[in-house]
This record gives sequence, structure tokens and C-alpha cells, in this order.
Amino acid sequence: MRQFSYSRPNTLDAAQRIPEHTRYLAGGTNLIDLMKSDVERPKHVVDLNALSMSQIEERPDGGLRLGALATNADTAAHPLVRERYPLLASAILAGASPQIRNRATNGGNLNQRTRCHYFYDPDMACNKRSPGTGCSAKGGRNRIMAILGTSESCIATFPSDMCVALAALNATVNLTGPEGERTVLLRDYHRLPQDTPWQDNILRTGEIVTSIDLPPLSFASHHTYLKIRDRQSFAFAIVSVAAGLQMEDNTIRKAFIAMGGVGTKPWCVPEAEALLEGKTPSLSLFHGVAERLLQGAVTDRDNAAKLKQAPRVIIRALSQAAAGTPQSQTQKNTF
Amino acid sequence: MLLEVDYERWPHNADFEASLHQKYMPDKTRSNYVPPKSRGNAAEAYALSPIKVEGRYHLAPEHHNPMEMHATTVIVEEDGTFTVWDKTQGPQSVQTYLTSALSLSKDQIRVLNPYVGGAFGSGLRAQHNVFLAVLAVLAVLAVLAVLAVLAAKMLDRSVRVTLTRQQMFTHVFRPEAVMDIALGAQPDGTLQSMIVNGVTDTSRFEHNMENLVIWGLINYKCPNAMADYKVAPRDTYTSSDMRAPGAATGVNLFEMAIDEMAYACNMDPLAFRLHNYSDIDAMHDMPLTSKALKKAMHEGAECFGWQNRPMAPKSMREGRELIGWGMATGIWDAMFSPTSARATLTGDGRLHIATAASDIGTGTYTILAQTASEAFGIPIEMIDIELGDSTLPECPTEGGSWTAASAGAAVWLACQSLREKLFKVLGKSGNISVWLTEGLSNNTTVLQDGFLQGADGNETLRLPLSEAMSLTGQEKLEVEETAKPGLRGTISQMRKARFTHSAVFCEARVDEELGIVRVKRLVNAVAAGRIMNPKTAASQVRGAMVMATAMALHEESLMDERVGRFMNHSFAEYHIPSHADIPDMDVIFVEEQDQEVSPLGVKGVGEIGMCGTAAAIANAIFHATGQRHRNLPIMSGN
Repeated sequence: MRQFSYSRPNTLDAAQRIPEHTRYLAGGTNLIDLMKSDVERPKHVVDLNALSMSQIEERPDGGLRLGALATNADTAAHPLVRERYPLLASAILAGASPQIRNRATNGGNLNQRTRCHYFYDPDMACNKRSPGTGCSAKGGRNRIMAILGTSESCIATFPSDMCVALAALNATVNLTGPEGERTVLLRDYHRLPQDTPWQDNILRTGEIVTSIDLPPLSFASHHTYLKIRDRQSFAFAIVSVAAGLQMEDNTIRKAFIAMGGVGTKPWCVPEAEALLEGKTPSLSLFHGVAERLLQGAVTDRDNAAKLKQAPRVIIRALSQAAAGTPQSQTQKNTF
Repeated sequence: MLLEVDYERWPHNADFEASLHQKYMPDKTRSNYVPPKSRGNAAEAYALSPIKVEGRYHLAPEHHNPMEMHATTVIVEEDGTFTVWDKTQGPQSVQTYLTSALSLSKDQIRVLNPYVGGAFGSGLRAQHNVFLAVLAVLAVLAVLAVLAVLAAKMLDRSVRVTLTRQQMFTHVFRPEAVMDIALGAQPDGTLQSMIVNGVTDTSRFEHNMENLVIWGLINYKCPNAMADYKVAPRDTYTSSDMRAPGAATGVNLFEMAIDEMAYACNMDPLAFRLHNYSDIDAMHDMPLTSKALKKAMHEGAECFGWQNRPMAPKSMREGRELIGWGMATGIWDAMFSPTSARATLTGDGRLHIATAASDIGTGTYTILAQTASEAFGIPIEMIDIELGDSTLPECPTEGGSWTAASAGAAVWLACQSLREKLFKVLGKSGNISVWLTEGLSNNTTVLQDGFLQGADGNETLRLPLSEAMSLTGQEKLEVEETAKPGLRGTISQMRKARFTHSAVFCEARVDEELGIVRVKRLVNAVAAGRIMNPKTAASQVRGAMVMATAMALHEESLMDERVGRFMNHSFAEYHIPSHADIPDMDVIFVEEQDQEVSPLGVKGVGEIGMCGTAAAIANAIFHATGQRHRNLPIMSGN
């Protein structure tokens, strides 16, 4: 590991005044790994853990605010999250391992980096890691890579489970930085790679995620987070779907769907969601939604199977959400 | 000091498929290579067989990835010799490697590995880390040659080289393999012909070979059979032995083909195997020391409930999941290697056992203590076992499942010999009790629980070992013995073949729509001669079954042939099973008396659990879904 300076400011203000080549440290479950692999080479590491941003509290509008430093484990286990936002709890529990969730934070989850093999190997060309060097994932071993939102310069998947649920819940992200505070939709937080894949998201220098707001509409009774992976625990998604439906007499009033494992960011298609609204759940309806969600997918050498699997996962997830029978993340024998 | 390296770019090939065009048979074969032996006329018999199964089966390359990474620490001792702490399965083989690579003599290098955090074969040969660590020390010494006297002093600290997890993917791995298998049978399920052609990959600079294609020819009665084996070179590091090398690949892929043939004959897979059961090594037409496979098949089937299995695939279901029951048989060598052990009785009455064996986490310390306790007649608490040191009596590198049989026999022999020596020395001593003098002279004295006593078991007349030692007037008594196959054994080794066997049963659940496979139950009935310790033995078999589950469903090193590098070089993306992937496993050891296979009747259990388990899972997936998968691992989306 390369040498770096370390500081642990006590105020947000101090945390925002940072020199160049700084990385923020929260849970460290991703950053430290990347530093050990020589992928991240910060000169300065600013530890945010002295800041008080770990509260989970109710909002006046009936929603919930999740502190950026609340751990994934505490968030998934929080009574209000479990009761009102089981979709989020389910997605968090589908990710990583208990040990990692005990350390990993909500803010860190948003800012985790791709698991692309080529990004992780400093000897290989990667535009996300080393701008301008090219993308060796294209034409390489890319079974885990994205099929949606890719560009000539990058096909890396955004790996989070939690963010897929946050996208389906239409959460907003609260930021604070040298230029003041702002709020963005989670769906707009991550960027498509286009020709600047090294910019994962819209964060500006010195800007910090302080909290995440969940809107009141929580889909507690009709939701699922369905995740397909290469083993039954502790693996990133090959395809995952977060679905939330608001049902009224077997009619879908409102629908949110987001996909993980297939996109360069949590994948949402408002037109696909609109197809569901005002309709009665049916396999043919879900099939049409799947088609719309996957429109424009581009596969490469090894990842064509995702395009075959994704519609099945979407249809199953929507069926589970409509029936109110979500996937359990603890009982591994139910799909 | 920075090193600049210039190199020329040459064309390369790291693609296994492409390398198949260059497959060849090495001029010099590995010493343990067993050439396949044909019988009858397999091609003609196949052509005439009314029922045929033919296919290409494939196994992806895998990396050993023991939990503990390879690492070496070198210490320059005051007298200028080197003490090397290495992660290895054979301290004496590392010593030999270093002495020849660096032109040092044996007394200049001592290699220690008292505890090893797993290896699975990756520690069979010295890896980069040993060479680099010793070289680093020598380089510093060379630089300081002028100040030779000061060198040792200046190097007043150890030098250590540790491989990272990523670097663990730059050395040995289980080779990628293809097997083209053609089977012919009569409609009644009688095998008529077996044709097996297999290829594994090797590097451009070494010829790693495996016993890949022989197992079906040995294990099944079939009048016509032929097999061919080649290696295919590619520009990677050399593949090497990984737990049950050759058989893990060859047995599992062959047993998948056998299952296809059973179905082609419309026969229950277990009944088909019993119908074509061979009581001998059918390839060498040689009797076996023992083969309790039939018993294993019956006991395994009963434990699993196989008799309730519907024949038709896709006929069991629960909720969204299809249920399949599959089985396979396993076979692995029961090997024995000459091994030496030292037994020392010290004045305090403690027994010290020493041999250069390695315990890589299998429980060798435990079973050798048990063996010594039984052989000498002393409680385990009074025994010290010393292993993992190149200066100890010679022991072959740990591997091949031979350590229990070989080191166990050496310890047994040394303990018996030490007891005889103790009795002899005591007998000559003038100042012992009358009962003992009489007992020793008429051979009725026994050594039991650490006491010398009469055969009558009279506990009032007994002598603790510490007192016995003080009567000898010697500080310690010591013997060293070497266990060898011996004259009778040698003849028997030439006339009889020796294997462990197993029958594995699996229940798999498949969500067909989503392509998700779950292993729900595994039963493995093993016939491995005498079991020294049911707990440690079952633990080894279970561990191998986990590894074989990974072979069936998870493990695959992804080669980017454009650069000749395995790309998924971390535990995040190189998948071994998580707890959620592993079901309850039943391991049964069936009774198998075998006085010929090794002096203690032990066959060894380190590898048999790999052989057959992956096939049982693949066959269960077929039974669940009706679909055959001939490539391992079987991953979602396939």
C-alpha cells in the first residue's frame, strides 16, 4: 500500500476543505481493498467517522432519513426500516456478508466502485481507473459486466444492491459541499460512463453525502428484491430486480422498478414503470415491461446470458411483488 | 534499488481450445503416471453397440486457494546457516529444492513448517515465495560480501516474502481438461465399449501430467476399452496437482457419462453401476487388496433413501423447485510411501515422536498421537509429536492421501521397537522387582496406560514409565524405524491393485426458470480400509465434498487469453461455496478389512471425497431438469 496522510475532522466544514487527491473514508470496506490492490492511490485519506451522521429518523412528510454513516447492518435492522421499507432491508441483506454490512455505511454504499476484473487489476487498461488507457473488459472475460448503459469506453457494472432498492423507492440524496447543500434523486446520482467513466457519480470535490431520504410511499405490502448470483450468499448480482407496487383491488396504481447487475448504474426506465400503472397484474403485462426495461441492451463476449435471464427475473419479481410474497434473504431455500 | 526489465514480445497462446491442436505426449512421463491400457477392440465394439452415448466433457481450471497464502521467512543464523519457515507440504522437498537451486549443502538449510493453513496440493512444490525469500537474503549477502563478517550481523533480521491473494493466481492450478467419452452398451445395460480421450493443459516449459483417463477403465467391467491421454501446451504457469489430481477431473466427468448411459439403457443409475461392477482392476486385469464399493453403494443408498427414487427426470417438484436425485461412484489410489519415524522415551516417562511429515490441517498430529498411544501403551497426554522440520526422520511430502498409512506405519513400528528396547534394557538392569524380572524373562510384561505391569492386570504390581526409566540408568531411550512395503508387501504391490472407493448421493433443487441450483443433501459412503479417527477422517471427506460442490457449481479461474492472465483473482469474484451453499452432509465409513494395502490397513481419506461428488451433483441436476450439462462448473444462466 502506498503512503498517505490521514485526518479525522470533527466538523463537516473541516471535512470539506480538502487538498487534491483526497478520498473520504467511512466504513472502508471498499476503499481499503482498492488501496491494497493499488487501484485507489489517494495522497490523503479523510476519515468521516467523527462526524455525527449515523441517525435514522422520521421525516415530517412521513418518510425516513437515513444518516450517511449509519451502517448497512443497523439500517437493515432498524424497526422503522423493517416495518415500512422491507424492500430496502431485503436488498441490504442480499448484499455482502454480515461482517461487511457491520462496517459498511449507507453513504459508502452509494460511492462504492465497480467490481470489474479489469478495474481491479492495475496492470490492465481501464478507462475508469486510468483515464484514456482503454477498456480491456470489452472482448475480455466479461460475464459479470453490464449490458445496459454501457459505452465504448466502459462496460463496468455498478455493483450495489442497496442502491437498486433506493432507486425503486425513489429516494433522494442530500449532499453538502463547499458550494452549499443540494438534494438529488438517487436515480440521478450515478452517472452513465459515456466517455468519462472515471466519474462514477455527480459528487463535486469536497462534497459529502450526509443522508438519504426515503419518500413516504414505501410499498411495504407489495415489493420484492430478487437477486440472482453465482452462489447463494456473498456474491454480487448477476441480475437483480427491486420492484415496488402500489395496489388497489388488484390494480396497479403506482409502480417502481430498478435493476442491478445489468447496468452501469441502478437501472430504471420510467416508460417501463408507466406500462404497469392502471393495469391488472399478468404475465403478459410483465413480459412487456421486461422487454421495455431491457430495450437497447448490448452484450459482449461472455455476458449474453444476462439478457436471457433478466426477463425471467423481472417477471418473477413483479409476480412476487403483486402477490405480496417477497423473496426472503434469510431463508435461502425460497425463490 | 530499481530494476529495469526489457523484454521482447513473442506471439503467445493462452487459449486452451486453441492449444488442443498442439496436444502431445511428453517423451518423459511423470513418475506417478499410469499409462492407459486398452483391452478388446473398443472401436469395433462401439460401432456394433445398439446403445451409444458420446460427448465432450469439460472442466474449467481451478486454483487451490488455501486460506493461508504462501509465505516464506528466512533467518540467517549466527553460524551462517539458513532457517527457512515455509508454507509447504514437504519441508524436506523444499530443502532439496533450495540446496540444488542455490548450490548449498543440506546442513546449511533447515526448513520448518510445523503448522500449515491448508494447501490442497499448492504446497507440493516450492513456490515463488521460497526462492524469492532465500534469494533476497543471498543477494544482500552478496552485496555485503566484502564485509562478510558483518553480513550476518547486518542481516540481524528475517526476510519474508508473502504472496497476496492475487498472486496466488500466478502459480499452480488444477488444469483445464476435456474428455471425449464414447460408451457402448447392450439394451440390458451391459457395457460393451468404453473409449476415453482426454487432454489437460500444461505450460510451454514443463509437462504436467495427470492420471485422467484411466479411472473408468479400472473401475468398470467392460470387455472392450481404450483410452488416450495428451497434454496441451499454453503460455501460462504450469498446472499442477490439486486435491485428487486426475481423478477429481477424470472420475467426475466419466461418472457423468456413465449416468447418461444408464438413462440411455433406461436403467436406474445405481443398478447400472452394480450391473457393470468389477471386482478387480479391470484395466490391469489385476486383483484388488479390497473393494467394499458394493457395500458403500448399499449403505449410501439406504441412508439417502434412494429406493424411493422415480426413474423419470423432472418428476419431483416442491413449490417452484424441481427436485433431482443423482449418484456417482468415486475411486482414488490407496498409496503407501516408505517413511521413517523416531520414538524417544525420556526420563520423565514421556514419549516423543518425530517425523518430517506435514499436518496441513488434516489432523496428522492427532492420528499419529493415537497411533503411538496404541502401539506403545501410553496415554495421549504423555506423548509429544514433532512434525514439519526437515531435520527430522525422512517422510515423503504430504499428499496423495498417503500420510496416514505411511507415517502411521512408521510411528507404529518405532513405538513397538522402542518398547522392545525398553524391556531389553530393563531386563539387563540389576535392581528391578522380582515380578518384573519374571515378567520380562517369560514375556508376560505388558506396557499399558503408561505403566509396566503383568499380563494378569494386577494393579498393585505396576511401574510407571518415569520410574522404569530411572531404573534403566539412562537419560533417554531412542529408536528410529523405517516402514517399507517389505518383501511380502512388495510382491503384493506388484500383484494387487489398491484403491479407496466411494458412493455419493445427492439431492439437488433447481429453480428452472431462474436457473438456480441448490444442493440440498449429500451422502458419501466411503470404503477406505481402517479409519484411524472417525472425526478427523469424516472432516476430511466433508471438506472434499465442499470442494467438489464448488467444482460442480462455483469454481472457475477465468483466463483472459489475450494477456495469459487469470482475471478473477480475488475471493470476491473467484467463488468458493458460502455456508448457504452447503447442505447437511452425511459421511459413512463402511467396514473394510484390508491387511495388505498398508501395514496398518489404512488407505487414506484426504482425496476420495472429491471423486464422484461433483458428478453426483451434475447427475442430480439432470434428474431434476432433464437437461444434461457437460461443462463444470454448471453456473446460472447455462
